[in-house]
Amino acid sequence: MISIFLPGAILISALLYFNRNKIVNYSLVIFYALFLATFAIYQAFHQNSTELGFFKSDALGVLLLLTLAIVAIFALFHGYRYIATHDESRKSRSLFFSAMTMLITATGVAYLSNHIAVTWIFVEITTLSASVLIYHHRNTQALEGVWKYVFICAISITFVFIGILFLSLSLKQTGVEDLSFDSLRDNYAQLNPFWLRLAFLFIFTGFTAKLGLVPMYTAGIDAKDKAPAPAGALFSSVLMNLGFVGIYRFYAIVARTEILPWANTIILIAAFLSVFVATVYMTRIKNIKRMFAYSGIEHMGLVMLGLAAGGIGVYAAILHIVLHAFVKPSLFFQFNQVYRVYHSKSIYDVGNYFKYNRAGAIVLLLGFISSTAMPPSGLFVSEFLIFQSLFVSHHLIILFAVLILLTMIIWGFGSNMFKLLFTPPMIINEAKIPKISPWESLSQYLLLAFAVYLAYNPPMYFVNLIQDAVKLLPQ
Amino acid sequence: MTDILLIMFAITLLYMSIANRLLTYIRLLVLQGFLLFGVTFLALNQINVANLVLILLETVIFKALIVPIFLNHVIKKNNITRVAEPFVPNFISLIITTLILVITIVLSNSIKDTNLDKTFFVVALSTLFTGLYIITTRRKIITHVMGYLVIENGVFILSLAVGNEMPMLVNLGIMLDIFASVFILGIFFNKIGDVLQDPDVNQLRNLKD
Repeated sequence: MISIFLPGAILISALLYFNRNKIVNYSLVIFYALFLATFAIYQAFHQNSTELGFFKSDALGVLLLLTLAIVAIFALFHGYRYIATHDESRKSRSLFFSAMTMLITATGVAYLSNHIAVTWIFVEITTLSASVLIYHHRNTQALEGVWKYVFICAISITFVFIGILFLSLSLKQTGVEDLSFDSLRDNYAQLNPFWLRLAFLFIFTGFTAKLGLVPMYTAGIDAKDKAPAPAGALFSSVLMNLGFVGIYRFYAIVARTEILPWANTIILIAAFLSVFVATVYMTRIKNIKRMFAYSGIEHMGLVMLGLAAGGIGVYAAILHIVLHAFVKPSLFFQFNQVYRVYHSKSIYDVGNYFKYNRAGAIVLLLGFISSTAMPPSGLFVSEFLIFQSLFVSHHLIILFAVLILLTMIIWGFGSNMFKLLFTPPMIINEAKIPKISPWESLSQYLLLAFAVYLAYNPPMYFVNLIQDAVKLLPQ
Repeated sequence: MTDILLIMFAITLLYMSIANRLLTYIRLLVLQGFLLFGVTFLALNQINVANLVLILLETVIFKALIVPIFLNHVIKKNNITRVAEPFVPNFISLIITTLILVITIVLSNSIKDTNLDKTFFVVALSTLFTGLYIITTRRKIITHVMGYLVIENGVFILSLAVGNEMPMLVNLGIMLDIFASVFILGIFFNKIGDVLQDPDVNQLRNLKD
């Protein structure tokens, strides 16, 4: 169905750009949301089918595609609210929705790609559409954000390409010319380890820009800060998952070869540094939106720790990215309403949010509990399993260091969050505060509740999908 | 013959590390484009003609003509001062670029792989690192862009090393080239020129924690 979905989605995106009529725009967006949901469900029922030679709906792809469909539909709804409350021009509205649909399409198709070069192409397209969204406000700061994002993404996409070139060098003796993940996994024994090491180093570094890991995480932070909140929600969930897919599929090849311990060391270093960097910033940060973005860096660090530790950690890592993709967008969606109340992102200008929007304040409180992985939260389960896998694989020093860092993150996150929720702000003109309907927080409640449900009472289908995805690695 | 062209390419890197004026950088990029044209013509002798013509056109028309003309236009339009303004003295830059070359040569000699053409590998890697070095040590945004273009050239050379077996990868490299360059230069630099009067990287330092 990709042969229908991809051209159809590109057509919708183009129509959204060229037609600026309000009713046509919104009906196209609704149609796109239905189209995406149909596509995801179709792929879920046709698992492991190959399409167009380059795409295969394996378990990992289907799992993340379903996640994407759920998050994207809510993001489109909040995009509609965002545009409606911001009094946008017709041009910027159509450009916004056109870029949103393009970003969602490219991400979804990239999940299903079975060929490293095809993944690479769609990652490029996500950079292109993301930059349109970051530059939505057309001021100097947005320009700075988008310039940094584009430049760092261009360099990292070049790194991935260099990695692909090294990979082809490692294949040179074997005579295999097929760079699909399946064929690489089958021919792992013939890969030249030296070139494979270089390839892993470059591909891993390249994808960290999307995943949000040290060293290339910086671009993503500015992007999530400057883009409108619905787009930021996509960047901090489904787009990060795209980076994970790229690394995971390549890691599945590396995991079969002799360089696995070396690759695990690289991943452990990058992951630990990411948690460390996130801690440093989150304990002193004053911009709420950037704080959410750094929280994403921390979670991706944990995911990669689980992946490198192996065993149950791999299962936990995949569970964690799915749950994180539900929790983090709800915080970003809610932030959009916070901004409508205070017109500021700085912690100094906000406060006493419980008084102004009770339903929204409860979302923030639950979102805080969820993303710091306190027990009722779904992320608690996956983080616990990750720590267990670190314990089993004898990474005790890393485990204790990460636990201490996470405690500091909870302190930093909590002190900002409780200031926002309870402490009255210094100056506020209460007459200007808009009345926000509690219904706008409904989607956030649904997402948070869904994360809890999936973690504590997972349907068999969901567990099977994760287990099949784990089977990409050698057991 | 390929080796001579590649060595000339490496020499342009040394020159670029000590160049003072932006115009010199642009001229060097033109020269690099023509050198790449020569290398492609000589090295890729096993792929079909249509593909070869495409690659040759990309090197000459895109790398050696359109991009430099556009860079020149940007510099004139935005009244950018014509000096590159490096953070480090030219002498040190020269030494570091030489070191990059020496290290990549030593590194490539330690590789025991008979399939690899080492000249390609050495020049490609040193171009890559010189590009990164130029990005980190120059003040202006436009020199960052030029550093990125140098990196692209390095990647192109690397893709030529496997070009005969996998022409698809060379085409992908061209796609990357055109996509990233058009994107960064075309849409972007125009905007930076419009919003900021002086495209100095210091003005893009507000987003931080």
